[in-house]
Amino acid sequence: MSLLRKIIARPVATAIVLFARAITAVRAIWPGEGVPSDTCIYFANHSSHGDFILVWAVLPPRLRATTRPVAGAEYWLKSSVTRFIGRDVFDAVLIERERDKRTSDPIEVMATALDAGSSLILFPEGTRNQTDAPLLPFKSGLFHLASARPNIRLVPVWINNLNRVMPKGEIVPIPLICTVTFGEPLQIQSGEDKQVFLDRARTALINLSPKQAGGNE
Amino acid sequence: MNAASSDLWTLVLGILAILVVASVIGYVLQQRLSPDGSNASIENLNARIKAWWVMAILIGIAFLAGRIGVLVLFGFCSFAALREFITLTHTKRADHWALAAAFFVVLPLQYFLLWAEQYGIFSIFIPVYAFLLMPIISVLRGDTERFLDRIAEVQWALMICVFCASHVPALLTLNIPGYEGRDVLLIAFLVIIVQLSDVLQYVWGKLFGRTKIAPKLSPSKTVEGFAGGVASATLIGAGLWWITPFTPFQAGLLAFVITLMGFFGGLVMSAIKRDRGVKDWGNLIEGHGGLIDRLDSVVFSAPIFFHIVRYWWSAT
Repeated sequence: MSLLRKIIARPVATAIVLFARAITAVRAIWPGEGVPSDTCIYFANHSSHGDFILVWAVLPPRLRATTRPVAGAEYWLKSSVTRFIGRDVFDAVLIERERDKRTSDPIEVMATALDAGSSLILFPEGTRNQTDAPLLPFKSGLFHLASARPNIRLVPVWINNLNRVMPKGEIVPIPLICTVTFGEPLQIQSGEDKQVFLDRARTALINLSPKQAGGNE
Repeated sequence: MNAASSDLWTLVLGILAILVVASVIGYVLQQRLSPDGSNASIENLNARIKAWWVMAILIGIAFLAGRIGVLVLFGFCSFAALREFITLTHTKRADHWALAAAFFVVLPLQYFLLWAEQYGIFSIFIPVYAFLLMPIISVLRGDTERFLDRIAEVQWALMICVFCASHVPALLTLNIPGYEGRDVLLIAFLVIIVQLSDVLQYVWGKLFGRTKIAPKLSPSKTVEGFAGGVASATLIGAGLWWITPFTPFQAGLLAFVITLMGFFGGLVMSAIKRDRGVKDWGNLIEGHGGLIDRLDSVVFSAPIFFHIVRYWWSAT
């Protein structure tokens, strides 16, 4: 079974990415000097289950091969289908979000993945944003991970419009053009205060959001 | 070889020759004047030439595949155009099902009706059925904020991107006595005139343009470019009478109507872009704008061209 799962995981990943591209015609906007080619943490706004698929889809294949999304274990281990998609197809780093039921420390799990040479896609809001605010306050996870691995660069990534493609609770996606904007990488400074760092990272991310008409104003 | 296919081949070879000449001119200009890609007009010209190659090849493949090929091609154009248009609207979550219906029911049905040659329902399906049913789907969610804006935007998107665009392949359903089996050449006539008119206006404007015609909408458009482009595209249209069921004079007159509609259609679509604060409709081809940027003039002229030909030439 596990061999079979491995064999079909790749075509399934390709099919999901092609489908996402057909619906959203997703386009990446890169910063002047491009994104770092070494291990890094992509942190993005989160409003839809498809978020990491879009980031994954626009990454150059060389980087995509070593990039893993970070996702909640509670959700992705729920059924055999989500488990297959989360683990086999996207090779997600699954972390336990609920503190009291935890058997492993999420920061350690993520740091181990970084040490093994994987880049991570992380959603520091911790949950999908269903509000009218552009971005929820960040959870402290990004700070703790950056403190644990201070040399790793953090790349802000703004995903635009995907919340309109498939709002929570809808099952049919609406074809709309989405963009994924990558910002200049940032790093934690030694001794930087938690709130100062989180505010800095959050500002860097929110500065990437387009102020265009249409959409959720 | 029958007359229809020999005319088609003459046309194909002619277009190929023009594209090759255009590409060579574009290449030489780029080598001479803009080796580092710094001359915006030359880069723009080369981008247009590339887009024509794509257009010519896609339409060529569709013609080879016959009626179904043309329908699939324009169905996909409608899909991509509608996606660009809806992206710029104010639609909200309450419109989710209405939008899903627009993309996955209205659009395919419109092209299916063409395939089935159900002209009566084809011509009123979007203006009547979609117009009345879409707001009903939206209103059931109970969200009244900007309601009129939202339903009007969705209806406009459908009219432009699906209804109007579908009148290009609709030319295949016309039944013109003495022109049987050659309807595909009418599509070629329409697309060639619109594209030539666009580029001739651009060239005339670059060479002689002084007086801006609509400074607020489209600062690059000039009176000289407009007059020169329309006049020369009309003459070329008259010269292409042999691929149409028209006399040279009629072909010129129709080309004149096509270029006028194309020009003003371009202005209308520019006004919408300005309203929404964007430069291009999308980024279908990296850096060269969206599909609607290339199709706006065709979309405005197709229904008028279709109905003039249907009224005066078609037997049904």
